[in-house]
Amino acid sequence: MAQATPLGGPLVTRTTVIAGAFALIAAGLALYRFVYGLGAVTNLNNAYPWGLWIVWDVVIGTALGCGGFAMALVVYVMNKGEYHPLVRPALTASLFGYSLGGMSVLVDLGRYWNFWHLYVPGWANPTSVMFEVAACITAYCLVLWIEFMPVLAERFASASTRKMVNKTLFFFVALGVLLPTMHQSSLGSMLVVFGFHIHPLWQTELLPLLFLLSVLAMGYAIVIFEATLVTKAYRRPSEAHLVGALGFYMVPLIAAFLAIRWADIIAGRKIDLVFSSGGLSSLFWLENLLYVLPLFWLSSERRRANAKLQFMAACCLLLAGILYRLDAYIIAQQRPGWHYFPATGELLVTIGIVAFEVLAYIVFIKTLPILHSVRK
Amino acid sequence: MALTRRNFLTTAAAGGAVLAAAAPSEARDNKTMPPKAVGLLYDSTLCVGCKACVRACREANDTQPEFNTADKLWDTPLDISGRTITVIKLYADGTADHKDQEKNGFAFIKKSCMHCVDPSCVSACPVTAMTKSPDTGIVSYDADACIGCRYCVAACPFSVPQFQYDTAFPRILKCQLCKHRQAEGKMPACAEVCPTGATLFGPVPALKAEADRRQALAPGETTTFARKTVGSPDVHEKKAAHYIRHIYGESEMGGTQMLLLAGVDFDKLGYPALRDRSYAATSETIQGALYDGLILPAVVLGGLVFAASKHVPQHHEEED
Ligand code: SF4
Ligand code: SF4
Ligand code: SF4
Repeated sequence: MAQATPLGGPLVTRTTVIAGAFALIAAGLALYRFVYGLGAVTNLNNAYPWGLWIVWDVVIGTALGCGGFAMALVVYVMNKGEYHPLVRPALTASLFGYSLGGMSVLVDLGRYWNFWHLYVPGWANPTSVMFEVAACITAYCLVLWIEFMPVLAERFASASTRKMVNKTLFFFVALGVLLPTMHQSSLGSMLVVFGFHIHPLWQTELLPLLFLLSVLAMGYAIVIFEATLVTKAYRRPSEAHLVGALGFYMVPLIAAFLAIRWADIIAGRKIDLVFSSGGLSSLFWLENLLYVLPLFWLSSERRRANAKLQFMAACCLLLAGILYRLDAYIIAQQRPGWHYFPATGELLVTIGIVAFEVLAYIVFIKTLPILHSVRK
Repeated sequence: MALTRRNFLTTAAAGGAVLAAAAPSEARDNKTMPPKAVGLLYDSTLCVGCKACVRACREANDTQPEFNTADKLWDTPLDISGRTITVIKLYADGTADHKDQEKNGFAFIKKSCMHCVDPSCVSACPVTAMTKSPDTGIVSYDADACIGCRYCVAACPFSVPQFQYDTAFPRILKCQLCKHRQAEGKMPACAEVCPTGATLFGPVPALKAEADRRQALAPGETTTFARKTVGSPDVHEKKAAHYIRHIYGESEMGGTQMLLLAGVDFDKLGYPALRDRSYAATSETIQGALYDGLILPAVVLGGLVFAASKHVPQHHEEED
């Protein structure tokens, strides 16, 4: 089997310079927020206390970072070795998605200097879903770095250290599947206590299951998405054959998501709301469309093998997962008389964080053995 | 191993079985009223909108006025906020001629923490900064513990906790039933200054009995109303208004220690219709089913470690 190798090439390119500039702007705005308060940079208010930084950077950002989770599940737990070349790039992206999500939390927390209370018994509150999310995401960030050790070890460590890292790795791989299962479902549970503040088309006690199913679909989709982009950007041979078969796993996931969501709506006698909720009804149907299209494309082997349809299916699934989360966390909130739309400063911080992610990803794949070497 | 539908389904089914095993764990019921619960009874039909309580609350809790007029000569908070713990709001419809009447009428309404029997804020707070006294039931906030995540702000069914967005060192502001005054043997400032007894302090069972008495009054019947606390000798006579048949807070979200009476439907006054089962109970039932004793995560981890121990070395040796 081919080895993973650093991609090489110059680090200072137009892309990295632009990304760096946006990251600097974000850092400046974050500084401003620490001096003048959250209101100076954001449009947050007491009806919408969570905005872009939490919903995009953390809820959606970590979901987009679930490529590593999804690939570990397929490769190590279900033992599909043929996907192994996709593991490291996915892991790298997860590492950034999660680490930076964690950073934005620190910018968003009002009393950040107390954040360590989350980890101290006596303060930590086990009934709180947010406690579960926080503790579990922190643990997962550590696990991601440990899972990443072989990459660093290959580059920097002696043979014996490498052996040791590889020997204990299986335990962390297992944790690396368990922890996202826990906190990604909890990101759904977190909304249950909001009760009537969330429109009934989104509010359900099945939120944890729906969030888990949809995040797995997003995880696979992001792997396809990244593989396609990296192939294009660095003119590497297509991984379509490999990536395409992955779609096979998405079919039952999407089908289960849709079936459970509709069953909940029918059982909860909410079916009339599907038509009578104005703009929210439209968004609900849009979400459904974004799930049904990829379901159709991926359900036949012939369509699945088509690189274009594959990529489009991945995009739809990403958009579907993003929209579902945006709706549940912000748009479908029922807070009469109040509005929230992110401020420019808020947007710039988020853009800066994404830019930093892109920058770091490029530096990593160019200097570390992450991408599978191309057989010449 | 070849990619087959069969081994995929086996894995999925095993996962499903583990989830199903967790399901039968006990549902968490609503919490119950603490033994020495104290609270407020606010009677919208007695309130004259003087806002003495708003002023007294500022003094007792050291909050600064909020200006919303051009001349900046009026303390005019528009709602509770990061600077204001309680407000009196005005409902008005049409010509607003008659007090406590829904059509062409008006009514006053107080807004402050309900001191829920089963509070969402306490269940939600990740660092135990929101606590409910097991004794008096007062729901307190501890800024020294708070991380400023604002989960309580979003979770409270009554939208009570207010975060300060305009400072580098923010905190949550909410009514704590003047517990610092109660510690000195005084009553909540808002109840102490209320000239009509519209805001009344007392043990919850006594407040509830008084609310029941008022509900039973015939509209126009002359009766006496206490000021400050239930059963105080400071009373005045007044004709009973036409009450809506509803003691708000008696059962909403499993009950609250602030009770409200009014002559206008509560949803018109900003108090939404809410079910009896607390959202905290629903949320904690789910968390309990998944995480009680960490049994389910441990079982799943065991399965994953088993699978990974077989498969991880395999893939890595392929690379060596
Ligand atoms: S009204 Fe809100 S802030 Fe007050 S106790 Fe209930 S949940 Fe907590
Ligand atoms: S803002 Fe403070 S009090 Fe409210 S939930 Fe977060 S940590 Fe708890
Ligand atoms: S009890 Fe005290 S803090 Fe609460 S509203 Fe009344 S005066 Fe304000």
